[in-house]
Amino acid sequence: MSQATFRIWRSQPGETGGFTDYRTEVSEGMVVLDAVHQIQAEQAPDLACRWNCKAGKCGSCSAEINGRPRLMCMSRLNTLDLTQPVTVEPMRTFPLIKDLVTDVSWNFRVKQGIQRFQPRRPDAPDGTWRMAQRDADRVQEFRTCIECFLCQDVCHVLRDHDKHDEFIGPRFFTYAAALEMHPLDTAERLGDLKDAQGIGYCNITKCCTSVCPEHIHITDNAIIPLKERVVDRFYDPVTRLLRMFR
Amino acid sequence: MPAAHAYAYDVLIVGAGGAGLRAAIEAAQSGVSVGLICKSLLGKAHTVMAEGGMAAALANVDDRDDWTVHFADTMRGGQYVNNWRMAEIHAKEAPDRVRELEAYGAVFDRTPDGRILQRNFGGHRYPRLAHVGDRTGLELIRTLQDHAIHLGITVHMEHTVIELLLDDGRAAGVLAYDRERGRFHSFAAKAVVLATGGIGRAYKITSNSWEGTGDGHALAYRAGAELIDMEFVQFHPTGMVWPPSVRGILVTEGVRGEGGVLRNSEGRRFMFDDIPDNYKPQTASDPEEGWRYTQGDKHARRPPELLTRDHVARCINREVKAGRGSPHGGVFLDIAWIKEKLPDAEAHIKRKLPSMYHQFKELADLDITKEPMEVGPTTHYIMGGIRVNADSQESTIAGLFAAGECAAGINGANRLGGNSLSDLVVFGKRAGEFAAASARQRGSVRLDEGAIARAMKASLEPFERGGAGENPYRVQHELQDAMQALVGIVRTEAEMLEALEKLAAFRARAARAGVEGHREYHAGWHMCLDLRNLLDVSEAITRSAIERKESRGGHFREDCPDKVAAFGGVNIVARRAADGTMQVARVPIPEMPAELQQVIEEQKQ
Repeated sequence: MSQATFRIWRSQPGETGGFTDYRTEVSEGMVVLDAVHQIQAEQAPDLACRWNCKAGKCGSCSAEINGRPRLMCMSRLNTLDLTQPVTVEPMRTFPLIKDLVTDVSWNFRVKQGIQRFQPRRPDAPDGTWRMAQRDADRVQEFRTCIECFLCQDVCHVLRDHDKHDEFIGPRFFTYAAALEMHPLDTAERLGDLKDAQGIGYCNITKCCTSVCPEHIHITDNAIIPLKERVVDRFYDPVTRLLRMFR
Repeated sequence: MPAAHAYAYDVLIVGAGGAGLRAAIEAAQSGVSVGLICKSLLGKAHTVMAEGGMAAALANVDDRDDWTVHFADTMRGGQYVNNWRMAEIHAKEAPDRVRELEAYGAVFDRTPDGRILQRNFGGHRYPRLAHVGDRTGLELIRTLQDHAIHLGITVHMEHTVIELLLDDGRAAGVLAYDRERGRFHSFAAKAVVLATGGIGRAYKITSNSWEGTGDGHALAYRAGAELIDMEFVQFHPTGMVWPPSVRGILVTEGVRGEGGVLRNSEGRRFMFDDIPDNYKPQTASDPEEGWRYTQGDKHARRPPELLTRDHVARCINREVKAGRGSPHGGVFLDIAWIKEKLPDAEAHIKRKLPSMYHQFKELADLDITKEPMEVGPTTHYIMGGIRVNADSQESTIAGLFAAGECAAGINGANRLGGNSLSDLVVFGKRAGEFAAASARQRGSVRLDEGAIARAMKASLEPFERGGAGENPYRVQHELQDAMQALVGIVRTEAEMLEALEKLAAFRARAARAGVEGHREYHAGWHMCLDLRNLLDVSEAITRSAIERKESRGGHFREDCPDKVAAFGGVNIVARRAADGTMQVARVPIPEMPAELQQVIEEQKQ
């Protein structure tokens, strides 16, 4: 058994807060969330943190570990330098509630503003559809999203420029892409993506992709194809000309 | 002191996993006002952890399948103490509920001709599980969530229900507190649906998240509802055993469905050594036949690794106890061996079991395409729960409904893998439908202000005791140790009586639990409130398990190792007596109609 120091953000509601150091025992196979729980049980029972599945499937325990947005449950201590304090902070893009817990309700409101799935008429008389696995594959990649909001946390359009009212962020471009590329969907979302949802703000720095715990190719497979669709629809000179004469 | 806010809905749903969301959708679509309370953020409920798939006799992969086979499989798996009417409804309605998910936007894996693909799973005669790789639960919850948010349902996230409120013997609402501010809120409702999931946190080794503290079971019980079948706890045979911090996390049965085999330290496939008589006709006679079954050969029978979960868990337990276990106290689960059979095995495994691949790679530094995993039993699911009417899901309290894991009946003594996701949508829908109908017939409800005031005062007592009180975490850890050791996979009356004594002592200590600080997002305080729920469900499990003096399904008694015919005709019911003590009783199972009996007889061949 050895010990390590965890430098954890502590705050009371309405306060900015600051770091507090906790030393605790560490053992083989532990992840950052284990250390936080141990500290909670032994030293700081009022320490606030979100978690659920502890297996990287629910996306609750998002935090910034040594400055990098990560899931606490999937951050193994043997990948961190334990000779230095391990810093654990809340996601900085969202308003702080307490300690490691932030107010992520904006994300839930944004999702409600995206047009829902609208399937085409069923393909078969029994009300079922047919789709090829290769078409399903493309959408299934996006549907592995666990809504941890780490991509939102790292996106500079939200984090540094605070464009929450004009820009929906990488999570919801991925969500929109899953709907737009859904083999059965018929709804029209490109106008919203261009205007209200601000896809033009993304300058493809790929930070979102680099922090995604599900390894979704957010920029390459979701955002860029959506940008292309928006361009084809609204900015392509040939189609614009044709539309004038239609 | 009144509650901070008073909300009122026609239908109030407690829990936002698959069952709660499906109930909310159904109630909202019928036109009543719906409130939905969830303990965590929306979309984080334990349903996300479900991996393998949802069972429904769609017959897309094997056209011999239909509801009668699914029904018979469910009853056989449940050792015939199931609520046969629930098993019947479930088998008949699951296909429609799966197709409906596709209309809501779910994207299941496909057959070559573009229909919903189905996979093999333990105890299911034919490939029956609609699935999305090994993340079917995530697909289910996200589909329901994304559908529900457009229906005008009011969602109260990170609220915990403290007390169920009655009005003249009928459910009338709840008292809850919100995590963010720590304030109390009253919710009046003409009908209440409990969909709170399981009780896994009563045990030390569990696949359940912190939410699985039996809240719905305990709320209903304390309000006077009956619990049934509480002795039947499912220990999933394959949880991770190493490293210690991930002990208990689920390893999907899908690994075995795709050809994974169990071996002991001597390299022996020990599951071939112990095949129960009633499953012999359906079980492969050699490894080769088992392999062909997993690859879709309709003439092959399933390998013994895919026997029911209770049986596989006990076999693993026996190997470990006999000293033939793996280095960290489990056995080996090997999927890497299929490279002997398939040319592109590595890619195949990653495509079929992507989250298992990542889970082991990232949490255990192990590549499942190259090495065997170490696995052992983990507390996974409770078959028992709130006693409900099979058709309406109404509990023994009028206006109180229950669906999903917190309700009981469909699974009997043991649940088949894949039947829980279909249970959630089949009975979630029914609970929502009947709760809305019940609400429409009911006049206004009155909340008992006295009961609210008492519950709020009791909830705040841990702060009055402060740091001088018992550490609630310590009480919880000791409770988990006791249940694991004394009321676990293998039980005896003497040990369970000892457990009852310990539970009484924990109860006294929980009543002295104290915390310091403020009410906002206070994990320790929350633990104090969870403890009484954990204690109630632990006591119900233990007392019911003492009462059932036989071994059946998930309940195995070393002191009564055989099935006893007399117990095959009864369920064990737990209820609160007038003096506040817990009473258990045997209630006879209603006789099954002749046509269902005939189905079972035909499927025995």
